[in-house]
Amino acid sequence: MKSKTEQFKKEARRALTSGNMQLAISRASKRFSQLRRQAFAHLPEGEDLRTRAQAIKAEAVERQEEYLEQFAAAAEKLGARVHRSPDGADACRYIEDLARTSGVRMVVKGKSMTTEEIGLNGALEQAGFQVWETDLGEFIIQLAGEPPSHIIAPALHKTQQEIADLFVEKLGVPLYEDPQKLTMVAREFLREKYFQAGLGISGANFALAETGTIVILENEGNARFSTTFPRIHVAVVGLEKVIPGLSELRVFLKLLARSATGQKMSTYVSLISGPGRKNEVDGPEELHIILLDNGRARFRQDAELRTSLYCLRCGACLNVCPVYQRIGGHAYGWVYSGPIGSAMTPQFLGTLRAKDLPLASTLCGACAEVCPVRIPLPDLLLTLRRRIVEAKGHSGWERSLIKGWAACQSSPGCYRIALELARLGKDFVPGLLPPGIELPDKNFHRLWQDEYQD
Amino acid sequence: MSGNPPTTVTLFIPCLMDGLFPSAAGDLVYLLRRLGFRVEYPPDQTCCGQPAFNQGYFEPARKLARRYIDIFAGAECIVCPSGSCTAMVKKHYPALFAQEPETFSRAKALGEKIFEASQFLTAFVAPERIKARFTGRATYHDSCHSSRGLGIFDEPRRLLAEVRGLELVEMEDSRACCGFGGLFSKRFPEVSQAIGLEKIKQIQATGAEWVIGNDPGCLMNIQGHLNRLGLPIRVKHLVEVLGGRSDGRGKREEGREKEKT
Repeated sequence: MKSKTEQFKKEARRALTSGNMQLAISRASKRFSQLRRQAFAHLPEGEDLRTRAQAIKAEAVERQEEYLEQFAAAAEKLGARVHRSPDGADACRYIEDLARTSGVRMVVKGKSMTTEEIGLNGALEQAGFQVWETDLGEFIIQLAGEPPSHIIAPALHKTQQEIADLFVEKLGVPLYEDPQKLTMVAREFLREKYFQAGLGISGANFALAETGTIVILENEGNARFSTTFPRIHVAVVGLEKVIPGLSELRVFLKLLARSATGQKMSTYVSLISGPGRKNEVDGPEELHIILLDNGRARFRQDAELRTSLYCLRCGACLNVCPVYQRIGGHAYGWVYSGPIGSAMTPQFLGTLRAKDLPLASTLCGACAEVCPVRIPLPDLLLTLRRRIVEAKGHSGWERSLIKGWAACQSSPGCYRIALELARLGKDFVPGLLPPGIELPDKNFHRLWQDEYQD
Repeated sequence: MSGNPPTTVTLFIPCLMDGLFPSAAGDLVYLLRRLGFRVEYPPDQTCCGQPAFNQGYFEPARKLARRYIDIFAGAECIVCPSGSCTAMVKKHYPALFAQEPETFSRAKALGEKIFEASQFLTAFVAPERIKARFTGRATYHDSCHSSRGLGIFDEPRRLLAEVRGLELVEMEDSRACCGFGGLFSKRFPEVSQAIGLEKIKQIQATGAEWVIGNDPGCLMNIQGHLNRLGLPIRVKHLVEVLGGRSDGRGKREEGREKEKT
């Protein structure tokens, strides 16, 4: 996916002036976080599960190579073909070649942020294939030609009215107000695509090393349809998705849906172990699993930021983030948004290229409080901020200002003079203090001397 | 209450408190003395370094942290009327010196004896002993670094519950960020303001005349928004309410005499 992380400030301002989008984002993110809160209120072991989930991920990332080998061997034994892609271009090429040699013309997709990350749709369309997103939200933004604005709810920024208008324009249907009717329109439109498609593409929420199984959680059944009906299924799986096995999966099944949407369990949980067997009615003839690196092996070496690889992509941190709630996902300029996006994007694209992202946080800590795998997101943002400073990513003016400020704060005399100057100068320096904020004549240093000292 | 109360309290008055809310800091001195503590204030104290640290300027922050540790190392107990500055000392100072074992252990020791004001008061004083008066309808803003950083939530409420005349009305989400974030509000003013306005909506919905909080940064930011919107709501620092010398109607000098006797 193309990035425009450099334009964060501009895009954030634009988002703030778009009334419809503001309303849609704040309504949806509030709703999601409310539902999450209610779900955890009914899960007394929730906090212990989070701790356990974090420990599982820590161990799985630590022994990632071992688990990946185990996974690949088990999956291949079941008849799947496992391919390791060093980067997105390689993964796209693999899928293009596969589609071409298999005589595929149309591709259906289940929702996958990893394929958004590598720009798969664009690559396949450019190579002449017809690609259809089958998740309702993804389908909407595909029609609109927009990137996803939320990890689990890609069209979260759109109001119902906008979607109704979009369907009129792109699908030639009458204007329907009723969301159920709109869903039916999408459903009917997409139904025949499943039958025509020779290839179904998905991501994966987990890869189980023990059994070579990939696990997909969803609510619409479209991912199951996309991965079982077409002749070939390709799953694009980030390296960090591997966990030891079924008993670990149980912990995540309790946490993931609750964190994402407040559901006890996703409507569809598919455990896919190999392609369809000879005597089975369902399942694809071929299953290809692409284990995608695209920087992940490098992130794993980074002791300070490694915990970001624990992410389950539940979106809980976005929903509670005061910044995300106001500006939505597009302003972040790349596929992952919100706090986890601010922690990951600089790793994917380079610290300085995405430097506004870690800075665009009040460090309020709401994200870390809800993360199901306890990623210390504010600490990661602070680490990235330190690296921006180390890479001299700020203007010389700012660097001198901070240096001068610290020097002044090191001297009690200078500190006191600065306090006095702030009082005297606040009317002359616009924006130094918020409007109408008065600095009393006597600061506490003087007050102590004059009134309180023993 | 927990443990033996200290006899001497050393005050850490952060820079924003020093400049913007000096009389609230004075109220804290008055209150602590009235409760029987000896109060000290090392006059050489300056800023704890948080503004630099939060922006990733760890070296300048370390420089100020070293200075701070030297100044406060001898204190029996440190009390600070700011959640975020307390969190800076308690949580981030040790992290800053992870590579320097000696300073690390000094930072750690300091972290164990620093308390945010409401933490201190609930730990060592029975709230009903405070006997504060404050007339009006108020709502309490939980600062992020106080509530999520230090786990403070019940403490200020237990204290406020004992204040005569005060009616406390909770916001929909008292722990929602006010959008200040230190230099964040300068780097991304529009985003900061948009977050702040959400907070203001919640405050307004309570019908409160006062917003009470324990962090001078948030209070300044919230008051700024209230002023910009021309709303008659005012902010009050928690220690100002507990200090009991002002009831919001201007009786500041009441109690001053008692203090001297």
